[in-house]
Amino acid sequence: MLSKTARKAMLYHPLVTVFTILMLYPVIWLIMSSFKPSNLIFVTADSLIPEPWIWDNYAIGWEGIGGYTFGTFIQNTFVIVALATVGAVLSSAFIAFGFARLQFFGRSFWFAVMMATLMLPFEVVMVPQYILFSQLGWINTILPIVVPAWFGQAFFIFLIMQFIRTIPTELDEAAIIDGCGRFQLFARIILPLTMPALATATIFSFYWRWEDLLGPLLYLNRPKQYTVSLALKMFLDNETISNWGAMFAMSVVSLVPVVIVFFLAQKYIVEGISTSGLKA
Amino acid sequence: MKARQLRNHLTGYVFISPFIIGFLAFTFIPICASLVLSFTNYNLFSPPRWVGLDNFHNLFFRDTKYWKSVWVTLTYVLFAVPLRLIFALLIAMLLNVPFRGIFVYRTLIYLPSIIGGSVAVAIMWRNLFGDQGIINLGLIFLGFDPVRWFGNPAAALWMLILLAVWQFGSSMLIFLAGLKNIPVTYYEAASVDGAGPLRRFFRITLPLLSPVILFNLIMQTIAAFITFIPAYIITKGEGGPLDGTLLYPLYLFRKGFVFYHMGEASAMAWILLVVVALLTALLFATSKFWVYYESKGGA
Repeated sequence: MLSKTARKAMLYHPLVTVFTILMLYPVIWLIMSSFKPSNLIFVTADSLIPEPWIWDNYAIGWEGIGGYTFGTFIQNTFVIVALATVGAVLSSAFIAFGFARLQFFGRSFWFAVMMATLMLPFEVVMVPQYILFSQLGWINTILPIVVPAWFGQAFFIFLIMQFIRTIPTELDEAAIIDGCGRFQLFARIILPLTMPALATATIFSFYWRWEDLLGPLLYLNRPKQYTVSLALKMFLDNETISNWGAMFAMSVVSLVPVVIVFFLAQKYIVEGISTSGLKA
Repeated sequence: MKARQLRNHLTGYVFISPFIIGFLAFTFIPICASLVLSFTNYNLFSPPRWVGLDNFHNLFFRDTKYWKSVWVTLTYVLFAVPLRLIFALLIAMLLNVPFRGIFVYRTLIYLPSIIGGSVAVAIMWRNLFGDQGIINLGLIFLGFDPVRWFGNPAAALWMLILLAVWQFGSSMLIFLAGLKNIPVTYYEAASVDGAGPLRRFFRITLPLLSPVILFNLIMQTIAAFITFIPAYIITKGEGGPLDGTLLYPLYLFRKGFVFYHMGEASAMAWILLVVVALLTALLFATSKFWVYYESKGGA
Protein backbone atom coordinates (compact mmCIF):
# COMPACT_ATOMS: atom_id res chain seq x y z
CA MET A 1 0.00 0.00 0.00
CA LEU A 2 1.46 3.32 -1.08
CA SER A 3 1.51 6.24 1.29
CA LYS A 4 -0.79 9.18 0.58
CA THR A 5 2.15 11.39 -0.47
CA ALA A 6 3.45 8.78 -2.90
CA ARG A 7 0.02 8.42 -4.51
CA LYS A 8 -0.25 12.19 -4.85
CA ALA A 9 3.19 12.29 -6.45
CA MET A 10 2.15 9.62 -8.96
CA LEU A 11 -0.70 11.86 -10.09
CA TYR A 12 1.34 15.04 -9.83
CA HIS A 13 4.39 14.22 -11.92
CA PRO A 14 2.62 13.10 -15.12
CA LEU A 15 0.32 16.14 -14.95
CA VAL A 16 3.13 18.67 -14.54
CA THR A 17 5.32 16.88 -17.09
CA VAL A 18 2.57 17.14 -19.73
CA PHE A 19 2.15 20.83 -18.93
CA THR A 20 5.92 21.43 -19.17
CA ILE A 21 6.08 19.72 -22.55
CA LEU A 22 3.15 21.81 -23.82
CA MET A 23 4.97 24.95 -22.67
CA LEU A 24 8.18 23.96 -24.46
CA TYR A 25 6.55 22.44 -27.56
CA PRO A 26 6.85 25.60 -29.70
CA VAL A 27 10.59 25.80 -29.02
CA ILE A 28 11.08 22.10 -29.74
CA TRP A 29 9.07 22.54 -32.95
CA LEU A 30 11.32 25.46 -33.98
CA ILE A 31 14.48 23.44 -33.36
CA MET A 32 13.25 20.35 -35.21
CA SER A 33 11.90 22.42 -38.13
CA SER A 34 15.33 23.98 -38.59
CA PHE A 35 16.56 20.53 -39.68
CA LYS A 36 13.79 20.05 -42.27
CA PRO A 37 14.03 21.10 -45.93
CA SER A 38 12.34 24.53 -46.25
CA ASN A 39 9.64 23.28 -48.62
CA LEU A 40 8.60 20.56 -46.15
CA ILE A 41 8.47 22.62 -42.92
CA PHE A 42 4.78 23.42 -43.18
CA VAL A 43 3.78 20.33 -45.13
CA THR A 44 5.05 18.21 -42.25
CA ALA A 45 4.30 20.69 -39.44
CA ASP A 46 2.43 17.96 -37.54
CA SER A 47 5.54 15.78 -37.25
CA LEU A 48 8.49 16.66 -35.08
CA ILE A 49 10.96 14.30 -36.73
CA PRO A 50 12.72 15.79 -39.77
CA GLU A 51 12.59 13.41 -42.73
CA PRO A 52 15.19 13.73 -44.22
CA TRP A 53 17.36 15.31 -41.51
CA ILE A 54 19.49 18.01 -43.15
CA TRP A 55 22.01 20.65 -42.03
CA ASP A 56 21.77 22.81 -45.18
CA ASN A 57 19.63 25.44 -43.44
CA TYR A 58 22.48 26.19 -41.07
CA ALA A 59 24.99 26.54 -43.91
CA ILE A 60 22.66 28.79 -45.93
CA GLY A 61 21.63 30.89 -42.95
CA TRP A 62 25.20 31.35 -41.76
CA GLU A 63 26.03 33.11 -45.06
CA GLY A 64 24.12 36.07 -43.62
CA ILE A 65 23.14 39.33 -45.29
CA GLY A 66 24.92 41.88 -47.46
CA GLY A 67 28.13 39.86 -47.69
CA TYR A 68 28.53 39.50 -43.93
CA THR A 69 28.14 36.13 -42.23
CA PHE A 70 26.36 35.38 -38.99
CA GLY A 71 29.82 35.12 -37.44
CA THR A 72 30.15 38.90 -37.88
CA PHE A 73 26.72 39.52 -36.36
CA ILE A 74 27.50 37.34 -33.35
CA GLN A 75 30.80 39.15 -32.87
CA ASN A 76 29.09 42.56 -33.13
CA THR A 77 26.53 41.51 -30.56
CA PHE A 78 29.18 40.22 -28.16
CA VAL A 79 31.10 43.51 -28.34
CA ILE A 80 27.95 45.47 -27.42
CA VAL A 81 26.96 42.97 -24.72
CA ALA A 82 30.43 43.02 -23.15
CA LEU A 83 30.95 46.81 -23.18
CA ALA A 84 27.43 47.59 -21.97
CA THR A 85 27.45 44.90 -19.30
CA VAL A 86 30.82 45.77 -17.78
CA GLY A 87 29.81 49.42 -17.70
CA ALA A 88 26.36 48.85 -16.28
CA VAL A 89 27.47 46.45 -13.54
CA LEU A 90 30.53 48.42 -12.35
CA SER A 91 28.85 51.82 -12.38
CA SER A 92 25.72 50.40 -10.71
CA ALA A 93 27.83 48.86 -7.92
CA PHE A 94 29.61 52.19 -7.37
CA ILE A 95 26.32 54.09 -7.21
CA ALA A 96 24.67 51.41 -5.05
CA PHE A 97 27.45 51.75 -2.49
CA GLY A 98 26.81 55.48 -2.29
CA PHE A 99 23.09 55.00 -1.72
CA ALA A 100 23.41 52.07 0.67
CA ARG A 101 26.32 53.15 2.86
CA LEU A 102 26.88 56.90 2.77
CA GLN A 103 24.87 59.62 4.49
CA PHE A 104 24.57 62.80 2.50
CA PHE A 105 22.22 65.69 1.96
CA GLY A 106 19.52 64.88 -0.64
CA ARG A 107 20.06 61.15 -0.56
CA SER A 108 16.40 60.21 -0.27
CA PHE A 109 15.52 62.64 -3.06
CA TRP A 110 17.95 61.03 -5.50
CA PHE A 111 16.92 57.59 -4.37
CA ALA A 112 13.30 58.43 -5.19
CA VAL A 113 14.38 59.76 -8.59
CA MET A 114 16.23 56.52 -9.26
CA MET A 115 13.23 54.39 -8.31
CA ALA A 116 11.07 56.49 -10.61
CA THR A 117 13.38 55.86 -13.57
CA LEU A 118 12.89 52.16 -12.86
CA MET A 119 9.35 52.49 -14.13
CA LEU A 120 10.06 54.89 -16.96
CA PRO A 121 9.16 53.43 -20.38
CA PHE A 122 12.09 53.65 -22.81
CA GLU A 123 9.72 54.78 -25.57
CA VAL A 124 9.30 58.08 -23.72
CA VAL A 125 12.95 59.07 -24.14
CA MET A 126 13.46 57.32 -27.48
CA VAL A 127 12.81 60.31 -29.77
CA PRO A 128 14.80 63.00 -27.91
CA GLN A 129 17.69 60.57 -27.26
CA TYR A 130 17.80 59.82 -30.98
CA ILE A 131 17.96 63.53 -31.75
CA LEU A 132 20.71 64.02 -29.13
CA PHE A 133 22.82 61.16 -30.48
CA SER A 134 22.36 62.22 -34.07
CA GLN A 135 23.50 65.77 -33.12
CA LEU A 136 26.58 64.18 -31.54
CA GLY A 137 27.25 62.27 -34.77
CA TRP A 138 26.83 58.93 -33.02
CA ILE A 139 24.46 57.36 -35.58
CA ASN A 140 25.94 54.19 -37.08
CA THR A 141 28.19 53.69 -34.07
CA ILE A 142 27.55 51.53 -31.00
CA LEU A 143 28.02 54.55 -28.70
CA PRO A 144 24.29 55.35 -28.24
CA ILE A 145 23.73 51.77 -27.07
CA VAL A 146 26.84 51.38 -24.91
CA VAL A 147 27.60 54.78 -23.36
CA PRO A 148 24.36 55.26 -21.34
CA ALA A 149 25.02 51.90 -19.68
CA TRP A 150 28.12 53.34 -18.01
CA PHE A 151 25.97 55.70 -15.91
CA GLY A 152 24.26 52.97 -13.92
CA GLN A 153 21.05 51.06 -14.50
CA ALA A 154 18.29 51.54 -11.94
CA PHE A 155 17.38 47.85 -11.67
CA PHE A 156 20.96 46.86 -10.96
CA ILE A 157 21.55 49.72 -8.51
CA PHE A 158 18.49 48.59 -6.58
CA LEU A 159 19.49 44.91 -6.71
CA ILE A 160 23.05 45.58 -5.52
CA MET A 161 21.81 47.99 -2.80
CA GLN A 162 19.55 45.29 -1.40
CA PHE A 163 22.56 43.00 -1.26
CA ILE A 164 24.92 45.56 0.34
CA ARG A 165 22.33 46.13 3.08
CA THR A 166 22.79 42.52 4.21
CA ILE A 167 26.53 43.10 4.83
CA PRO A 168 27.11 44.06 8.49
CA THR A 169 28.14 47.72 8.94
CA GLU A 170 30.64 46.67 11.62
CA LEU A 171 32.83 45.70 8.70
CA ASP A 172 32.78 49.29 7.42
CA GLU A 173 33.54 50.68 10.86
CA ALA A 174 36.48 48.33 11.37
CA ALA A 175 37.90 49.27 7.98
CA ILE A 176 37.51 53.00 8.68
CA ILE A 177 39.28 52.61 12.04
CA ASP A 178 42.10 50.82 10.23
CA GLY A 179 42.48 53.95 8.12
CA CYS A 180 40.58 52.85 5.01
CA GLY A 181 39.03 55.66 2.94
CA ARG A 182 35.53 55.33 1.46
CA PHE A 183 36.89 54.38 -1.93
CA GLN A 184 39.14 51.70 -0.51
CA LEU A 185 36.26 50.45 1.61
CA PHE A 186 34.17 50.12 -1.55
CA ALA A 187 36.82 48.61 -3.80
CA ARG A 188 38.58 46.31 -1.32
CA ILE A 189 35.83 45.20 1.03
CA ILE A 190 32.28 45.77 -0.22
CA LEU A 191 32.78 45.06 -3.93
CA PRO A 192 34.24 41.57 -3.45
CA LEU A 193 31.44 40.72 -1.01
CA THR A 194 28.71 41.70 -3.48
CA MET A 195 29.87 39.20 -6.11
CA PRO A 196 26.61 37.20 -6.10
CA ALA A 197 24.59 40.35 -6.80
CA LEU A 198 27.07 41.42 -9.47
CA ALA A 199 26.73 37.99 -11.08
CA THR A 200 22.95 38.31 -11.17
CA ALA A 201 23.20 41.79 -12.68
CA THR A 202 25.71 40.55 -15.27
CA ILE A 203 23.41 37.74 -16.36
CA PHE A 204 20.39 40.01 -16.75
CA SER A 205 22.41 42.60 -18.59
CA PHE A 206 23.60 39.86 -20.94
CA TYR A 207 19.99 38.86 -21.68
CA TRP A 208 18.71 42.36 -22.22
CA ARG A 209 21.56 43.35 -24.49
CA TRP A 210 21.62 40.11 -26.43
CA GLU A 211 17.89 40.27 -27.18
CA ASP A 212 17.70 44.05 -27.63
CA LEU A 213 16.27 45.04 -30.99
CA LEU A 214 15.22 48.66 -30.58
CA GLY A 215 18.74 50.04 -29.95
CA PRO A 216 20.38 48.38 -32.97
CA LEU A 217 17.29 49.08 -35.11
CA LEU A 218 17.52 52.81 -34.37
CA TYR A 219 21.26 53.29 -34.46
CA LEU A 220 22.92 50.65 -36.65
CA ASN A 221 22.07 50.83 -40.35
CA ARG A 222 24.95 49.07 -42.08
CA PRO A 223 24.94 45.27 -42.52
CA LYS A 224 28.57 45.33 -41.28
CA GLN A 225 27.27 46.49 -37.86
CA TYR A 226 24.17 44.32 -37.51
CA THR A 227 23.56 42.47 -34.29
CA VAL A 228 22.00 39.01 -34.23
CA SER A 229 18.51 40.37 -33.47
CA LEU A 230 18.70 42.92 -36.25
CA ALA A 231 20.03 40.36 -38.75
CA LEU A 232 17.11 38.05 -37.92
CA LYS A 233 14.71 40.92 -38.47
CA MET A 234 16.28 41.52 -41.89
CA PHE A 235 15.93 37.80 -42.68
CA LEU A 236 12.25 38.12 -41.90
CA ASP A 237 11.92 41.12 -44.23
CA ASN A 238 13.21 38.98 -47.12
CA GLU A 239 11.07 36.02 -46.07
CA THR A 240 10.23 33.66 -48.93
CA ILE A 241 9.22 30.02 -48.92
CA SER A 242 12.75 29.07 -49.88
CA ASN A 243 14.51 30.51 -46.83
CA TRP A 244 12.18 29.59 -43.95
CA GLY A 245 14.60 26.85 -43.00
CA ALA A 246 17.57 29.25 -42.92
CA MET A 247 15.60 31.74 -40.85
CA PHE A 248 14.61 29.04 -38.37
CA ALA A 249 18.19 27.77 -38.22
CA MET A 250 19.59 31.21 -37.39
CA SER A 251 16.80 31.76 -34.86
CA VAL A 252 17.99 28.61 -33.12
CA VAL A 253 21.61 29.83 -33.31
CA SER A 254 20.58 33.13 -31.70
CA LEU A 255 18.96 31.29 -28.81
CA VAL A 256 21.90 28.98 -28.08
CA PRO A 257 23.97 31.41 -25.94
CA VAL A 258 20.86 32.48 -24.05
CA VAL A 259 19.85 28.93 -23.21
CA ILE A 260 23.40 27.90 -22.23
CA VAL A 261 23.74 30.86 -19.86
CA PHE A 262 20.28 30.12 -18.52
CA PHE A 263 21.12 26.55 -17.52
CA LEU A 264 24.52 27.50 -16.09
CA ALA A 265 23.22 30.45 -14.11
CA GLN A 266 19.63 29.64 -13.27
CA LYS A 267 20.34 29.83 -9.54
CA TYR A 268 21.28 33.52 -9.88
CA ILE A 269 18.35 34.21 -12.18
CA VAL A 270 15.80 32.70 -9.83
CA GLU A 271 17.29 34.55 -6.85
CA GLY A 272 17.48 37.81 -8.75
CA ILE A 273 13.84 37.68 -9.73
CA SER A 274 12.57 36.42 -6.41
CA THR A 275 14.38 39.03 -4.32
CA SER A 276 14.11 42.16 -6.41
CA GLY A 277 11.44 41.51 -8.98
CA LEU A 278 13.88 41.88 -11.86
CA LYS A 279 12.20 40.74 -14.99
CA ALA A 280 13.73 39.16 -17.99
CA MET B 1 34.20 69.25 12.22
CA LYS B 2 32.23 71.28 9.66
CA ALA B 3 34.78 70.57 6.93
CA ARG B 4 34.67 66.89 7.73
CA GLN B 5 30.90 66.78 7.41
CA LEU B 6 31.04 68.63 4.13
CA ARG B 7 33.55 66.11 2.88
CA ASN B 8 31.21 63.27 3.81
CA HIS B 9 28.38 64.84 1.83
CA LEU B 10 30.73 65.34 -1.11
CA THR B 11 31.92 61.73 -1.02
CA GLY B 12 28.30 60.63 -1.21
CA TYR B 13 27.76 62.77 -4.28
CA VAL B 14 30.94 61.47 -5.88
CA PHE B 15 29.58 57.93 -5.59
CA ILE B 16 26.17 58.69 -7.01
CA SER B 17 27.48 61.20 -9.57
CA PRO B 18 27.39 58.72 -12.48
CA PHE B 19 23.68 58.28 -11.84
CA ILE B 20 23.02 62.03 -11.60
CA ILE B 21 24.98 62.80 -14.77
CA GLY B 22 23.39 59.92 -16.70
CA PHE B 23 19.92 60.82 -15.44
CA LEU B 24 20.29 64.45 -16.49
CA ALA B 25 21.91 63.74 -19.85
CA PHE B 26 19.96 60.71 -21.04
CA THR B 27 16.63 60.96 -19.21
CA PHE B 28 15.69 64.31 -17.67
CA ILE B 29 16.89 66.69 -20.37
CA PRO B 30 15.58 64.44 -23.18
CA ILE B 31 12.17 64.26 -21.48
CA CYS B 32 12.04 68.07 -21.15
CA ALA B 33 13.20 68.42 -24.74
CA SER B 34 10.51 66.05 -25.85
CA LEU B 35 7.86 68.15 -24.10
CA VAL B 36 9.04 71.19 -26.07
CA LEU B 37 9.22 69.17 -29.29
CA SER B 38 5.66 67.97 -28.82
CA PHE B 39 4.55 71.55 -29.59
CA THR B 40 6.56 71.70 -32.81
CA ASN B 41 6.70 70.30 -36.28
CA TYR B 42 10.06 68.58 -36.65
CA ASN B 43 11.36 66.07 -39.20
CA LEU B 44 15.04 65.89 -38.07
CA PHE B 45 16.25 67.67 -41.20
CA SER B 46 14.85 71.22 -41.01
CA PRO B 47 14.66 73.18 -37.73
CA PRO B 48 11.60 72.59 -35.50
CA ARG B 49 8.65 74.95 -36.15
CA TRP B 50 6.36 75.93 -33.27
CA VAL B 51 2.79 74.75 -33.91
CA GLY B 52 1.25 75.04 -30.44
CA LEU B 53 -1.24 72.30 -29.68
CA ASP B 54 -1.60 71.13 -33.30
CA ASN B 55 0.07 67.77 -32.70
CA PHE B 56 -2.27 66.92 -29.86
CA HIS B 57 -5.22 68.21 -31.84
CA ASN B 58 -4.22 66.04 -34.80
CA LEU B 59 -3.81 62.94 -32.67
CA PHE B 60 -7.09 63.38 -30.82
CA PHE B 61 -9.38 64.63 -33.58
CA ARG B 62 -7.95 63.84 -37.01
CA ASP B 63 -5.81 60.73 -36.75
CA THR B 64 -8.22 57.78 -36.64
CA LYS B 65 -5.26 55.41 -36.40
CA TYR B 66 -4.31 56.99 -33.08
CA TRP B 67 -7.53 55.98 -31.34
CA LYS B 68 -7.35 52.61 -33.04
CA SER B 69 -3.88 52.09 -31.55
CA VAL B 70 -5.04 53.28 -28.10
CA TRP B 71 -7.95 50.84 -28.27
CA VAL B 72 -5.73 47.96 -29.42
CA THR B 73 -3.25 48.69 -26.61
CA LEU B 74 -5.95 48.85 -23.92
CA THR B 75 -7.45 45.57 -25.14
CA TYR B 76 -4.02 44.00 -25.10
CA VAL B 77 -3.21 45.22 -21.57
CA LEU B 78 -6.65 44.32 -20.22
CA PHE B 79 -6.38 40.70 -21.37
CA ALA B 80 -2.63 40.00 -21.34
CA VAL B 81 -1.89 41.25 -17.80
CA PRO B 82 -4.66 39.49 -15.82
CA LEU B 83 -4.29 36.27 -17.82
CA ARG B 84 -0.54 36.26 -17.29
CA LEU B 85 -0.90 36.89 -13.55
CA ILE B 86 -3.62 34.25 -13.09
CA PHE B 87 -1.51 31.71 -14.95
CA ALA B 88 1.58 32.69 -12.97
CA LEU B 89 -0.26 32.28 -9.66
CA LEU B 90 -1.86 28.94 -10.60
CA ILE B 91 1.42 27.44 -11.76
CA ALA B 92 3.28 28.86 -8.74
CA MET B 93 0.76 27.13 -6.48
CA LEU B 94 1.12 23.93 -8.49
CA LEU B 95 4.90 24.09 -8.01
CA ASN B 96 4.74 25.04 -4.33
CA VAL B 97 4.76 21.42 -3.13
CA PRO B 98 7.46 19.51 -1.27
CA PHE B 99 8.06 16.90 -4.00
CA ARG B 100 11.49 16.06 -5.33
CA GLY B 101 12.50 17.37 -8.74
CA ILE B 102 10.27 20.46 -8.60
CA PHE B 103 13.18 22.69 -9.55
CA VAL B 104 13.44 20.89 -12.91
CA TYR B 105 9.84 21.85 -13.76
CA ARG B 106 10.41 25.37 -12.46
CA THR B 107 13.47 25.80 -14.66
CA LEU B 108 11.85 24.41 -17.80
CA ILE B 109 8.58 26.34 -17.34
CA TYR B 110 10.58 29.51 -16.84
CA LEU B 111 12.61 28.96 -20.02
CA PRO B 112 10.05 30.56 -22.42
CA SER B 113 10.16 33.75 -20.36
CA ILE B 114 13.92 34.14 -20.65
CA ILE B 115 13.89 33.75 -24.45
CA GLY B 116 10.44 35.27 -24.95
CA GLY B 117 11.54 38.82 -25.68
CA SER B 118 13.81 37.82 -28.53
CA VAL B 119 13.31 38.26 -32.25
CA ALA B 120 13.80 34.50 -32.68
CA VAL B 121 10.77 33.71 -30.55
CA ALA B 122 8.66 36.33 -32.31
CA ILE B 123 9.59 34.72 -35.63
CA MET B 124 8.70 31.32 -34.18
CA TRP B 125 5.35 32.61 -32.89
CA ARG B 126 4.56 34.10 -36.29
CA ASN B 127 5.03 30.70 -37.89
CA LEU B 128 3.13 28.73 -35.25
CA PHE B 129 0.02 30.72 -36.15
CA GLY B 130 0.42 30.56 -39.94
CA ASP B 131 -2.45 29.12 -41.99
CA GLN B 132 -0.73 25.72 -41.87
CA GLY B 133 0.95 26.27 -38.50
CA ILE B 134 0.68 23.84 -35.62
CA ILE B 135 -1.91 25.97 -33.78
CA ASN B 136 -4.34 25.51 -36.64
CA LEU B 137 -3.42 21.83 -36.95
CA GLY B 138 -4.22 21.51 -33.25
CA LEU B 139 -7.55 23.29 -33.69
CA ILE B 140 -8.50 20.97 -36.57
CA PHE B 141 -7.40 17.96 -34.54
CA LEU B 142 -9.69 19.08 -31.69
CA GLY B 143 -12.56 19.50 -34.16
CA PHE B 144 -12.55 23.30 -34.45
CA ASP B 145 -12.32 25.39 -37.61
CA PRO B 146 -8.86 26.75 -38.36
CA VAL B 147 -8.46 30.50 -37.72
CA ARG B 148 -6.91 32.90 -40.21
CA TRP B 149 -4.73 34.58 -37.58
CA PHE B 150 -3.17 37.06 -39.99
CA GLY B 151 -6.43 37.89 -41.77
CA ASN B 152 -8.55 38.92 -38.82
CA PRO B 153 -7.57 41.92 -36.61
CA ALA B 154 -9.03 40.46 -33.41
CA ALA B 155 -7.39 37.08 -33.94
CA ALA B 156 -4.06 38.76 -34.71
CA LEU B 157 -4.17 40.64 -31.42
CA TRP B 158 -4.86 37.38 -29.61
CA MET B 159 -1.62 36.01 -31.06
CA LEU B 160 0.19 38.77 -29.16
CA ILE B 161 -1.86 38.24 -26.00
CA LEU B 162 -1.12 34.50 -26.04
CA LEU B 163 2.58 35.22 -26.53
CA ALA B 164 2.49 37.45 -23.43
CA VAL B 165 0.64 34.82 -21.42
CA TRP B 166 3.14 32.15 -22.47
CA GLN B 167 5.84 34.22 -20.73
CA PHE B 168 4.37 34.21 -17.24
CA GLY B 169 7.67 32.94 -15.78
CA SER B 170 9.05 35.92 -13.86
CA SER B 171 5.70 36.67 -12.19
CA MET B 172 5.51 32.97 -11.35
CA LEU B 173 8.92 33.06 -9.63
CA ILE B 174 7.91 36.13 -7.61
CA PHE B 175 4.64 34.46 -6.58
CA LEU B 176 6.53 31.30 -5.67
CA ALA B 177 8.86 33.28 -3.39
CA GLY B 178 5.78 34.92 -1.84
CA LEU B 179 4.00 31.60 -1.31
CA LYS B 180 7.03 30.16 0.46
CA ASN B 181 6.86 33.05 2.96
CA ILE B 182 3.37 32.09 4.13
CA PRO B 183 3.76 30.02 7.31
CA VAL B 184 2.42 26.46 6.93
CA THR B 185 0.94 26.75 10.42
CA TYR B 186 -1.74 29.14 9.10
CA TYR B 187 -3.02 26.49 6.71
CA GLU B 188 -2.83 23.79 9.38
CA ALA B 189 -4.79 25.93 11.83
CA ALA B 190 -7.41 26.70 9.16
CA SER B 191 -7.73 23.00 8.28
CA VAL B 192 -8.26 22.13 11.92
CA ASP B 193 -11.03 24.73 12.03
CA GLY B 194 -12.64 23.00 9.05
CA ALA B 195 -11.73 25.39 6.20
CA GLY B 196 -11.67 23.72 2.76
CA PRO B 197 -9.09 24.37 0.02
CA LEU B 198 -11.11 27.18 -1.62
CA ARG B 199 -11.69 28.93 1.66
CA ARG B 200 -8.00 28.60 2.57
CA PHE B 201 -7.08 30.10 -0.81
CA PHE B 202 -9.37 33.11 -0.46
CA ARG B 203 -8.85 33.70 3.27
CA ILE B 204 -5.12 32.96 3.64
CA THR B 205 -3.24 32.75 0.33
CA LEU B 206 -4.76 35.74 -1.47
CA PRO B 207 -4.62 38.26 1.42
CA LEU B 208 -1.08 37.30 2.42
CA LEU B 209 0.04 37.39 -1.20
CA SER B 210 -1.66 40.72 -1.98
CA PRO B 211 1.50 42.88 -1.66
CA VAL B 212 3.22 40.60 -4.17
CA ILE B 213 0.15 40.74 -6.42
CA LEU B 214 0.26 44.54 -6.34
CA PHE B 215 3.95 44.54 -7.26
CA ASN B 216 3.43 42.09 -10.14
CA LEU B 217 0.34 43.94 -11.33
CA ILE B 218 2.17 47.27 -11.56
CA MET B 219 5.31 45.90 -13.18
CA GLN B 220 3.43 43.76 -15.69
CA THR B 221 1.01 46.55 -16.59
CA ILE B 222 3.92 48.85 -17.41
CA ALA B 223 5.66 46.06 -19.32
CA ALA B 224 2.49 45.42 -21.33
CA PHE B 225 2.08 49.10 -22.22
CA ILE B 226 5.57 49.20 -23.70
CA THR B 227 5.54 45.87 -25.63
CA PHE B 228 7.34 46.47 -28.89
CA ILE B 229 9.30 43.52 -30.35
CA PRO B 230 6.40 41.02 -30.71
CA ALA B 231 4.12 43.51 -32.46
CA TYR B 232 6.98 44.77 -34.61
CA ILE B 233 8.19 41.33 -35.72
CA ILE B 234 4.98 39.33 -35.91
CA THR B 235 3.29 41.79 -38.25
CA LYS B 236 6.54 42.83 -39.96
CA GLY B 237 6.52 46.36 -38.59
CA GLU B 238 3.12 47.31 -39.97
CA GLY B 239 0.77 46.60 -37.07
CA GLY B 240 -1.69 44.89 -39.43
CA PRO B 241 -4.09 43.42 -40.38
CA LEU B 242 -6.24 46.58 -40.46
CA ASP B 243 -4.09 48.04 -37.62
CA GLY B 244 -5.33 45.21 -35.38
CA THR B 245 -1.91 44.84 -33.72
CA LEU B 246 -0.85 48.49 -33.88
CA LEU B 247 0.27 48.66 -30.25
CA TYR B 248 0.98 52.17 -28.97
CA PRO B 249 4.81 51.83 -28.90
CA LEU B 250 4.76 50.47 -32.45
CA TYR B 251 2.69 53.40 -33.67
CA LEU B 252 5.01 55.80 -31.81
CA PHE B 253 8.00 54.16 -33.49
CA ARG B 254 6.34 54.43 -36.92
CA LYS B 255 5.42 58.10 -36.37
CA GLY B 256 8.99 58.91 -35.40
CA PHE B 257 11.21 56.68 -37.47
CA VAL B 258 9.12 55.71 -40.50
CA PHE B 259 7.30 59.02 -41.14
CA TYR B 260 9.78 61.30 -39.29
CA HIS B 261 7.00 63.18 -37.47
CA MET B 262 9.19 63.77 -34.43
CA GLY B 263 6.82 66.37 -32.97
CA GLU B 264 3.81 64.06 -33.02
CA ALA B 265 5.94 61.15 -31.79
CA SER B 266 7.05 63.31 -28.83
CA ALA B 267 3.45 64.19 -28.09
CA MET B 268 2.58 60.48 -28.13
CA ALA B 269 5.50 59.73 -25.81
CA TRP B 270 4.33 62.35 -23.32
CA ILE B 271 0.78 61.06 -23.36
CA LEU B 272 2.15 57.56 -22.69
CA LEU B 273 4.24 58.87 -19.80
CA VAL B 274 1.27 60.63 -18.20
CA VAL B 275 -1.04 57.63 -18.65
CA VAL B 276 1.47 55.17 -17.20
CA ALA B 277 2.17 57.48 -14.25
CA LEU B 278 -1.55 58.00 -13.56
CA LEU B 279 -2.28 54.29 -13.81
CA THR B 280 0.53 53.43 -11.41
CA ALA B 281 -0.72 56.06 -8.97
CA LEU B 282 -4.28 54.72 -9.34
CA LEU B 283 -3.18 51.14 -8.64
CA PHE B 284 -1.31 52.33 -5.55
CA ALA B 285 -4.34 54.34 -4.43
CA THR B 286 -6.70 51.37 -4.72
CA SER B 287 -4.18 49.15 -2.98
CA LYS B 288 -5.30 50.25 0.49
CA PHE B 289 -8.64 48.57 -0.14
CA TRP B 290 -7.28 45.20 -1.16
CA VAL B 291 -3.62 44.89 -0.18
CA TYR B 292 -3.07 43.41 3.24
CA TYR B 293 0.09 44.21 5.18
CA GLU B 294 0.57 41.81 8.04
CA SER B 295 2.49 44.20 10.28
CA LYS B 296 -0.36 46.73 10.22
CA GLY B 297 -3.39 44.47 10.27
CA GLY B 298 -2.05 41.88 12.68
CA ALA B 299 -2.65 38.20 12.05
